This record gives sequence, C-alpha cells and structure tokens, in this order.
Amino acid sequence: MQKGGFNFDLYQRNVELIEKNNYKVPKTTKTGTTIVGVVFSDGVVLGADTRATSGPIVADPNCEKIHKISDYIWCAGAGTAADTENTTGMISLQLELLSLSTGRSPRVRTALTLLKNFLFRYHGYISAALVLGGVDFTGPHLHMIHPHGSTSTLPYISMGSGSLAAMAVLETGYNSKMGEEDAKSLVHQAILSGILNDLGSGGNVDLCVIKHKSMEFFRNVDTTNSKRKFRKKLPYMFKSGSTKILEKEIEEKMRKMEIVNEKESQIEELEEL
Amino acid sequence: METYLGEKQQASQWSPYINNGGSCLAVAGEDFAVIASDTRMSLGYSIKTRYSTKYLKITEKCSIVSSGMQADIFTLHKVLKSRAQIYEQKHGKPMSTDAVAKLVSRLLYYRRFFPYYTFNIVAGIDDEGVGCVFSYDAIGTLERVKYSASGSGSSLIEPVLDNQVALKNRNDIKKEDYKLTKENAIDLVKDAITSAGERDIYTGDFVEISIIDINGTHEDKFELRFD
Repeated sequence: MQKGGFNFDLYQRNVELIEKNNYKVPKTTKTGTTIVGVVFSDGVVLGADTRATSGPIVADPNCEKIHKISDYIWCAGAGTAADTENTTGMISLQLELLSLSTGRSPRVRTALTLLKNFLFRYHGYISAALVLGGVDFTGPHLHMIHPHGSTSTLPYISMGSGSLAAMAVLETGYNSKMGEEDAKSLVHQAILSGILNDLGSGGNVDLCVIKHKSMEFFRNVDTTNSKRKFRKKLPYMFKSGSTKILEKEIEEKMRKMEIVNEKESQIEELEEL
Repeated sequence: METYLGEKQQASQWSPYINNGGSCLAVAGEDFAVIASDTRMSLGYSIKTRYSTKYLKITEKCSIVSSGMQADIFTLHKVLKSRAQIYEQKHGKPMSTDAVAKLVSRLLYYRRFFPYYTFNIVAGIDDEGVGCVFSYDAIGTLERVKYSASGSGSSLIEPVLDNQVALKNRNDIKKEDYKLTKENAIDLVKDAITSAGERDIYTGDFVEISIIDINGTHEDKFELRFD
C-alpha cells in the first residue's frame, strides 16, 4: 500500500493520451518571479514581486510569494506555484510538530534540511526554488534551495526568472555592514529591477523583515508599477435583458423552522442604538 | 527524449523567425478609423526596448500597424513606404486606402514561401469617406472588417471588440439604434489595449494611437504599465 508521496496511477493513461490522442498537456501556473534575500546586522530581509503567470498570461497580478514556515522563519518561493505553496506548507507543519516534540524553538537550518531532503527525493520534478531566511536563537540565517535539492548559504541571494536583474542591483549595492533601512531599500530596489526588466515578474513589492523575536511583513509596500494608467470614463453598461434567457425554472425551497429557545427579543434595544 | 509528463524534447533546430510580442488593434467608424499598437519589443522574458514603433502612416487617409517579428515589420514597412511613394509620383495622387490594402496583400503573398512574420492591420478612410479596417494573415489573406486585433494580446482584445463594436452576445442594444462615436471608439481602443497590458506580459510600455478621418491623421501616444 502506497504511503504518502505521489499517486502515479494515471501515468500510463496520460502517456497514451499524449501519444495517441494528441492531448495537450495543461500549462502549470508558474510564478515567473523575482525573489531576493539579504542579511543585515540584526537579521534578514526577504523580498518578492507579486506576479503569477500561466504562459504569457498574468494569472494573478497580486499573489503572495513569501510563505511562513514558522513565526521567525519565512520562505520566498519561485517556480511552479502549487509546488512552492505545498512544499513550504508541508515543511511548516513538520517544523511545528518537531518544535512541539523537542520543546525547542525551530531553527532555520532544520527547515533547510527538511526542505532539501524533500526536494532531493523528487529529483527536481517538484519545481520549487526557494529563498529561506529567518532568525533563530543561533542568529540570522539566509539560504537558497534549488529544485533538485542543493543549497547554498550566502549573505545575499536572488532567484527566479528576474534573478539576474535583481542580482545586478544586489552586487552593486550590497555591503556587509548594512543596517535595517539600507537592507530594506536594497531589497526593494532589487525587486523593482526584476519587476521592470523581467517579463515574468511584475506587480507590487512585498517585503519581510525578520529580526530577533520580531517579524514585520510589508505586503504591497510599493504599488507604483501596478496602477492601471487609463480607464474609460463611461462605464460598460449592460441593461437588463442583454443576456438572453432561454429557460426559466423556479424551485421553491421550503424552510423548516423549529423553535428551540424562546427569548424576549432585544431588537428594541438595538433599534435605539 | 521524453519527460515524465510525456513532453517530447527534440533537438532544437535553428529557426529564422522570432516573436517580439506586442498587440495591435483597429476600429472603423462611420466616417473615421482608430488604429493603435503598443511599442514594447520583447525577446523571451527580456525587454529589448520599451519604444519600437509598429505603426506606419502610409497616406493621410491610411495607416498600418503590424505585430510579430520586428525585423520583418521594419522591412515590410520600408518596402510599403517606398512603394506608396513611387505610386504617388507616378500617378500624381496618393494611394487610396483600397489600393494600399491590396498592395499589402500582394507584398505579403510575394513572400509566400518565406513569409514575413508579421500580422498586419490596415485602417483608414475609403474613397467614399467611410472608415475601414483590413486584416491579414502572414501570407496576405485580405478581409475588410469593422474591427480587428492582432499580436500577443489579440485573444484578450478581440472579445471586447466583439461585444462593444459588433454588439455580439448582447440583446440590450439594437444594431440599428447604435452609433459608434469617435470619442467612444477612441476610449474603447485605449481601454482595450490597456486591459491587454494588464494581463499579457508582452504588451506594455507605450501605445501609439492614431485617429484617421476626412481631415487627415491625428497621432497620439500614451503610457501603459512598465512591469
């Protein structure tokens, strides 16, 4: 009996559908993406754009790419949206159970090991490229995790289709003695660079600043690029009857009411208010 | 080589064609035509330039917009411009819109066996002063229509025009009672291409919009999203 993992029952059928029936494989929603992480004096800053694409179409112009692993350990994800969501969700659960059973607050390196071991087992088929950052009792940590399961520990990281645009900014602006405001500004600029120069990234900038026993999530801190620049003055009007009614069926729903408890109504009081 | 999803990965063969993205549209009214195109030129996930024109004014009464491969658009426009000039010098008058439409079709079919990777729309005023739009495929199939959209955002724009210009799938307005005014047409075109810019990653940056009527051509430009 298969325990956990993926269900491959439909694999044979899918292969046949593709080869014999010319079935078109459905597109997955990818996050295109620019994600960035920077270590500063007191902690780490994570940043992400908010565009999710399905081929050349924007599926979600304002999605959330920074996921919570634990209170002070957060993870930004690039790649297939379903993969990043479910992977980070799964490891978040495992980490909470582990921290309850060990009686200790979770460590970033534990999340790292859980993530890398999980992804390696699937040999890159789970397309999740992650930037894991957090502050635990051993200090601030920042790691990058590739879909095949390899990891790196670096002071600044960028991943996703916009990683080159972001890295150009990080390489120019990073210095090891940065404070919180400098780091936030650098991450912001790096994400903006991805949003403007990479077509797979766009929308708003999300930031997450993690310090010792403190976490601040700035959702949509910069929305200047996602404003619609022109809107027609006259709204689109569809008068009643514009959609042809072909058939009408009215179903009477009988509501059965049972008086369970009679209490004097306090409606008068509410009306006074 | 097959992946687990059954996608066949063949050894890549060199192709002379690339798609630089972008969207174009045109709408014809009773005595005017509106034509517009975005100016973003992309390659893969990168932006090559935010301003690369896809629009050409051929005569005071006729313009063309093209989407597809920028190199072919440039060459086609160059050839078209010179042919229009030769005609004007030979015949002592500018080409009529119908003549331009037919010329474009012939130029495209001339390259039947190594086509221009261009998806063109010609719009203008015909000899009677009525607005017209001509849409083409890559090898020059010509069709006169009331409106058309081409390019990466065409599938986002065409349904809007179907509903708002041709009044398809609506029973609230009768075609006889409906008149598309110039202001409404301009707003609709701007709205449609802006909406395409919201959801299509290859459409954005700037839009060149042109209004053609009996008095000539009025060209304008406005901004789209830069992300």
